[in-house]
Amino acid sequence: MILLWMIVILMAGGLLAWLSKKWHPELPRWIALFAVLADFILAVYLWLSLPASTLGASPWLLQLEIPWIPQWGVNFILALDGLSLLMLLLTFFLGILSVLVSWREIRTKSGFFHFNLLWVLAGITGVFLTMDLFLFYFFWEVMLIPMYFLIGVWGHANRTYAAFKFFLFTQASGLLMLLAILGLYFIHGSQTGIYTFNYFELLGTALAPEAARLLMFGFLAAFLVKLPVVPFHSWLPDAHSEAPTAGSVILAGLLLKTGAYGLLRFVLPLFPTAAVEFAPWAMLLGAVGIIYGAILAYSQTDLKRLAAYTSVSHMGFVILGVFAFNEWALQGVVMQMIAHGLSTGALFIVAGFLYERLHTRDMGQMGGFWAKAPKLGVFALIFVMASLGLPGLGNFIAEFLTLVGSWQANNWLTVVATVGIVLATAYSLRIMQKVFYEPAPSDHHLPDLSAREMLIAVPMIALILWLGLYPQSVLDTAQPSINQQLQAYQEPEAKEKVAVVEVPAVELKVEKAENK
Amino acid sequence: MTQIDFLHLMPLIILTLAALLNMLVVAAWRNHKIIYVITAVSFVAAFLSLFELRGITAHAIEPLFVIDGFGVFYIGLILATALVISMLSYAYFEQREEQKEEYYILLILSTLGACTLVISTHFASLFLGLEVLSVALYTLISYLRTRERSDEAGIKYLILAAFSSAFLLFGMALVYYSTGTMTFAGIATAIADLQELPLLLLTGFGMMIIGIGFKLSVVPFHMWTPDVYEGAPAPVTAFIATVSKGGVLGLLIRFFMEVDGFRYPTLITIFSIVAIASMIAGNLLALLQTNVKRILAYSSISHLGYLMVAFLAGNRLGVEAVTFYLVAYFITTVGAFGVVAMLSDTERDAELLEDYRGLLWRRPWTATAFTAMLLSLAGIPLTAGFVGKFYVLAAGVNTQLWLLVAMLVLNSVVGLYYYIKVVAVMFQQPEAEAEPRPRLRPSIYLASVGTLAVLTLLLVLVGVYPAALVEVIQQVFASAPVMAGR
Repeated sequence: MILLWMIVILMAGGLLAWLSKKWHPELPRWIALFAVLADFILAVYLWLSLPASTLGASPWLLQLEIPWIPQWGVNFILALDGLSLLMLLLTFFLGILSVLVSWREIRTKSGFFHFNLLWVLAGITGVFLTMDLFLFYFFWEVMLIPMYFLIGVWGHANRTYAAFKFFLFTQASGLLMLLAILGLYFIHGSQTGIYTFNYFELLGTALAPEAARLLMFGFLAAFLVKLPVVPFHSWLPDAHSEAPTAGSVILAGLLLKTGAYGLLRFVLPLFPTAAVEFAPWAMLLGAVGIIYGAILAYSQTDLKRLAAYTSVSHMGFVILGVFAFNEWALQGVVMQMIAHGLSTGALFIVAGFLYERLHTRDMGQMGGFWAKAPKLGVFALIFVMASLGLPGLGNFIAEFLTLVGSWQANNWLTVVATVGIVLATAYSLRIMQKVFYEPAPSDHHLPDLSAREMLIAVPMIALILWLGLYPQSVLDTAQPSINQQLQAYQEPEAKEKVAVVEVPAVELKVEKAENK
Repeated sequence: MTQIDFLHLMPLIILTLAALLNMLVVAAWRNHKIIYVITAVSFVAAFLSLFELRGITAHAIEPLFVIDGFGVFYIGLILATALVISMLSYAYFEQREEQKEEYYILLILSTLGACTLVISTHFASLFLGLEVLSVALYTLISYLRTRERSDEAGIKYLILAAFSSAFLLFGMALVYYSTGTMTFAGIATAIADLQELPLLLLTGFGMMIIGIGFKLSVVPFHMWTPDVYEGAPAPVTAFIATVSKGGVLGLLIRFFMEVDGFRYPTLITIFSIVAIASMIAGNLLALLQTNVKRILAYSSISHLGYLMVAFLAGNRLGVEAVTFYLVAYFITTVGAFGVVAMLSDTERDAELLEDYRGLLWRRPWTATAFTAMLLSLAGIPLTAGFVGKFYVLAAGVNTQLWLLVAMLVLNSVVGLYYYIKVVAVMFQQPEAEAEPRPRLRPSIYLASVGTLAVLTLLLVLVGVYPAALVEVIQQVFASAPVMAGR
């Protein structure tokens, strides 16, 4: 039930926040804050109360099943494993930050704003929890509309265009996924006589190679657009740069992760053979994305657009890792999802702070802020370093593990991807150089971080350091569910693979010890 | 006719009596409120009389009618929609100068026509129902005579509808010539052994499709739709978009199921082309509009195209999907035109996009309802439209109509664009503060607001918990002999 409550709290909180605007203009903020905080506490409680013994046996920690539309075999299934739990923690943490960063930024229609904010989070929570494909599509769509409004109503100058583009891209790809879901449903139904959208039942569906390929492309369409992978990324820079800060944080930190999550949860286990066939191409797209995103990021003058293109680059590592099909790479992917959520979220928050003070996102008009706002400078410096993959911070672990994993799958593309890290150094340092160190082009009044802003910055810094210095806790939580996703790939060649799989698990821990 | 027959035709008899009673009352004493109450009560009474007929297997009134689960459900749907439309009409006509009373008589008559259609099993009752429906509609469309576009709309509909009726009649004559019977069952037996349709029969069916297609406003018989939608008063537009189309669609399903037209590839090809053309033309033309009523007109064309996809699935799942989608579409369309009617003033309907600018900040509840309706038309979750579209897609995928399903998906995306465009306009800041309009008496205003609120709640309810409606539909069709064996 606790899983259902998480969604209900957010949805009810959203409605309440909207209505409460009438009584007091500040009330929606507090209601939103408490709703997300309550969910965060629930998630942390779940994490801490995990008995260690259940880890390793069955990856599923909690499960809830209520019949919803029995005639179609649709059930309201929520289930939690390590992967979902980590994603939920990230969701609620970034959710709290989004409420906090909007405290001063959002002046108009705060009630409706917080309604949308909480409903996006509710949709994302649902996506991370549900194990029924109908419900998955349902939540997948539920998170779109509020996001559309967040961009379209409170965004920057070109917001209507950006909101449209975001909406059409994601909706079109989502519908293709719906077709694939229906295809899977009917194929499974005609084989077994049981028509159901239940993920656990659909897992074992035997598919003809041709059908598997088509269905997989349906799912891939939705996830690759959302991730985004290079030819389908063009909605992202617009949406990210036009959205208000909270919207950018949620887009970069969470919405992109739903694509990665979908790949891990659905594409890998449902279509093992088709995924293996597609893997070289997917990895190629990943490598291209890493390089392409980095080059474009380097050439931006708009701070938020720059951060948006770094997302394209970083998400390249995700798809590279997912299609390497080994535990190293997938651990790296999970780490990347969390670390990128934090680091890019932080960059957008920095951009938001600067925008609030200067009313511009143009880096040409910035400069010399290190002396004026040292706290902001340090905050930015840490996350710029994280984004270029400095050891000691979370992103390093993520990229390192992904590259080690993908090396085993494809040497040359890994080499190309590694070049991307060098490029990341270039664009990341450019942010610091341009905004903080160069002499100022004009004399801005720039107050340093306020207490509320420190409240945002400090926990983020603490977390990214924790991820970098002691990632073991995250890796342990994710491991059982990662093994679960990879089962289909290990069974056929279990005998040869056992040795290979066992060894990295040991090495992984050794490697972490050195890192400390 | 026996007493049992009368009992089964009770809804139609109640409607007929109500029309007569209204006419007598108008002759004696013109009063908007009294006429309105009589109309509403008769719709409710007719609806309640259906509960007597629940769970019946099938009762044939030879040779014209059959009252079965399918018919009862469609009559119920039509009556409920007509009731809601009359609720919305009251406030709409109360602020207008014209004679208001005859409107309700015509509304009842055309509802009667639609109800007759869905239980017809004979060409005579089919044509009778269709003409009762159409003739009343001619007048309804141009009811507000003094308005600019109303004559144009009325005449256009009159000419084209008469033309299409002629086609329909000719088609029926050819079918009668070939088969020697006018009952659906008789035609079914006559052509049961035919592997291919002979040319004469095919021509007959083709001409009937033209007549039916006109009423459904599918491409290429859709030309009248935007002009009529624009020129007719908003409640009448809602009526044309829902009751009139629903009745004809019910008839089409019954006829096609009875004669098993799905066996003939030629007919399937014709319907597939019509479906694809409706989806594409409806959506693309809607993109170019700046008038909300015209946008809704083109969107209704494309929605009929979506419905055709499920219809073409040709099995029980398909008919269930059509029916479910129709319910969702009725709720949504009536709601959307209800909003248009509510925002209209004495001179003209609120039909320009400009009228909706910043609506969310001026009238948040109305705007929320309208947003919900538009999102439902676009097929976004939490609304009935989503479940309906899902049902239709499921029916299409199940029968492997890949081309149609792919077109449906593609068009949904195009459709999304113009629905969202309207929503976006409502969210923009108004440039100038519009002066508040004097509101009607609160009791009248409440009737509209209450109706809209009920529609919006229904929309969300069906969207979140469709199981109940699905169950009703499945039960109803289980008892219909037409569906047996499918």
